Amino acid sequence: MSWKTLETTGWGRAHTATGDVARPERATQLKRLLAAAMMPAFGMRRSYGDAPLNSAGPSLDMTRLDRVLSFDSTTGVVHVEAGLPIGDLGRMFAAKGWIPPVMPGTGFATIGGCIANDVHGKNHHVVGSFGQHVIEITLIQGDKSRKITLKSAPNLFKATVGGLGQTGVIASAKLQLAPCKGDLMVLTERRIDGLDDFFDAFDDSRSDYTVGWIDATAKGANLGRGVLEESEITSGINPGSGKPKSVPFNAPAWALSAPVVRIFNELYFRRVPASGRTSVKPITDPFFPLDTIHNWNRLYGKAGFNQFQCVVPLDATKCLRIMLERISASGLASPLAVLKKMGPGRGGYMSFPMEGYTLAVDFPNRSGAAYLIRDLTDLAKDAGGRIYFAKDGVAQAKQVEGMYPDQTAWQKAVAKADPDGALETDLVRRLELRSPPHTVTPATGGNV
Amino acid sequence: MNQLQNQSSQLETWIILGATSSMARALARQLSMRGASLLLCGRDFDDLRSTAADCMARGAHDAQACAFDARDTNSFAAIIDRALTQEGMINCAVFVGSMPSQDAIDADPNLIHGTIQDNYTGPATFLQMLAPELEARGGGTIVGVGSVAGDRGRIGNYVYGSAKAGFATYLSGLRNRLTRAGGHVVTVKPGFVDTAMTWDVEGMFLVAAPEKVASDILNAVKKQKNVIYTPFFWRYIMLIIRNIPEFIFKKMSI
Repeated sequence: MSWKTLETTGWGRAHTATGDVARPERATQLKRLLAAAMMPAFGMRRSYGDAPLNSAGPSLDMTRLDRVLSFDSTTGVVHVEAGLPIGDLGRMFAAKGWIPPVMPGTGFATIGGCIANDVHGKNHHVVGSFGQHVIEITLIQGDKSRKITLKSAPNLFKATVGGLGQTGVIASAKLQLAPCKGDLMVLTERRIDGLDDFFDAFDDSRSDYTVGWIDATAKGANLGRGVLEESEITSGINPGSGKPKSVPFNAPAWALSAPVVRIFNELYFRRVPASGRTSVKPITDPFFPLDTIHNWNRLYGKAGFNQFQCVVPLDATKCLRIMLERISASGLASPLAVLKKMGPGRGGYMSFPMEGYTLAVDFPNRSGAAYLIRDLTDLAKDAGGRIYFAKDGVAQAKQVEGMYPDQTAWQKAVAKADPDGALETDLVRRLELRSPPHTVTPATGGNV
Repeated sequence: MNQLQNQSSQLETWIILGATSSMARALARQLSMRGASLLLCGRDFDDLRSTAADCMARGAHDAQACAFDARDTNSFAAIIDRALTQEGMINCAVFVGSMPSQDAIDADPNLIHGTIQDNYTGPATFLQMLAPELEARGGGTIVGVGSVAGDRGRIGNYVYGSAKAGFATYLSGLRNRLTRAGGHVVTVKPGFVDTAMTWDVEGMFLVAAPEKVASDILNAVKKQKNVIYTPFFWRYIMLIIRNIPEFIFKKMSI
């Protein structure tokens, strides 16, 4: 098997790692590589920060291991290799009447990544997280390949789901698909005038798929205004979707400067008529709104961007208000800001979801952005919430300490599964996720 | 009408030699989506079975794994027999090949035999056995994947290049023969493609995805093209390289 020295980045392109990468194309090659030496694996690198990066050693590109290994059309159980993008899975099976019960915001995320980050979708409040629909994981640990289920190896399973790849390399997984009424979505959009209205709207919503777009530049009385998108799956004639567009080159710095974003957001808000509107779309559109523009991360220019995503308990509405105030005051927000009410569903010890509100905002990688994100991270923690590792690239180890209540159980399972730390990634090292709580001298102050 | 067309297009069987390669896999997937029957041939049987399952999920009418070794002509007949049980047109796409580094061959010249078997004589023997069946059914397409490396011998990989050149000449003759019986042969010359073979090769540029090569191939089959370069601009790159006078070329290392 051959190696190539590559500089890799996450989707936000603000963090890079250089290291040797192998890209196996067959299961036997994967086994041989890992029997020789364990190393972290990555897929499409749709995590924003440094979760998929390893600058301390080699890593595995799993994207060529992307096949459907079996499908049972009576039960809807599908066995897939870890490198298969979830959007491909969705497209393949929607026509057969089945759909992945949980789909993240991008269809390019691989199944391995969906498990390792225990991703959630716009229907989290209804069906829970991705990991809760995983029946079996084939996990490679050195020269051993194990099939684990929640029943057969509860600790290892819960440490693998949402476990950031620290328990072994996920080679394949059996997933329970959900019966699907059709391959169309009925999407209803309506304007929401402020943050409190948003909370009410989420409480009143009866839709399976609910998400709010927030104008993170809005201030004062408009703070927290946005558009609520509710959708349901239905059947009918697929109108077909347009050809994907691509951002061909890095955008200049002014493309997402504060005045441009303010104007864009104003137009985006007004795009939805005051009375709301309903439309019918191909099933992939509301799931993966940004996938129709390939390489949209180039809009943030060469320096890239960071995303902040947190979840805070339902009663922490004041915290969200403070967050939005600081974000709009900073002038750093991009058009991409999302608010959603989550249910309690989570599949693993380190899974992100908890019952509450999740807020996600992109920030161009400009001066002040990291400071702001760390500030927001502290706010989330103080409110009893947590940040999403799949998005993070700038938080500090001491900030995330204690954020995840089951972290000790995870650490125990990980220490057993990977005693030498061969699976550590840049994110795991930066946030010292595998180290016990700071009884030892804290790492460098690094105050911001 | 549309449904009729779909039904008739389902009556195609493709033998894919070297089906574990990423280009072959991409082609198999695209053929699956239009409901073809596939015989996926190669040495890694477990891997072929995985690809077969994947093709079925993507809409193949049928997909089977078959043991095939370019260096073992005894493995050929069973595949052809299996193809003959299928109705409709039989087609074959050849992706087999191997590219030991020129350094390895310099160290052990005996590697030449295997290289020529993998890239030329093995697949040519298979096609020679298959040709009468295409003639008997009055049609069918052969896709032979060569390489731009076969267009001119270069210091970096002239053994591999010479095997591909031999295969290209063979395909040209086979085209001449099968055209008379309603069949067709497409010679495919990929430039740099993002495969396992080229993963660690330095100095690659304008690298194409295997999916792009596969769709170029199917387009060429549809339009009955004879020789295609993929991506297309390699035709012009190779036109220049072929026309460099030998007295200059022999001093170059490209």
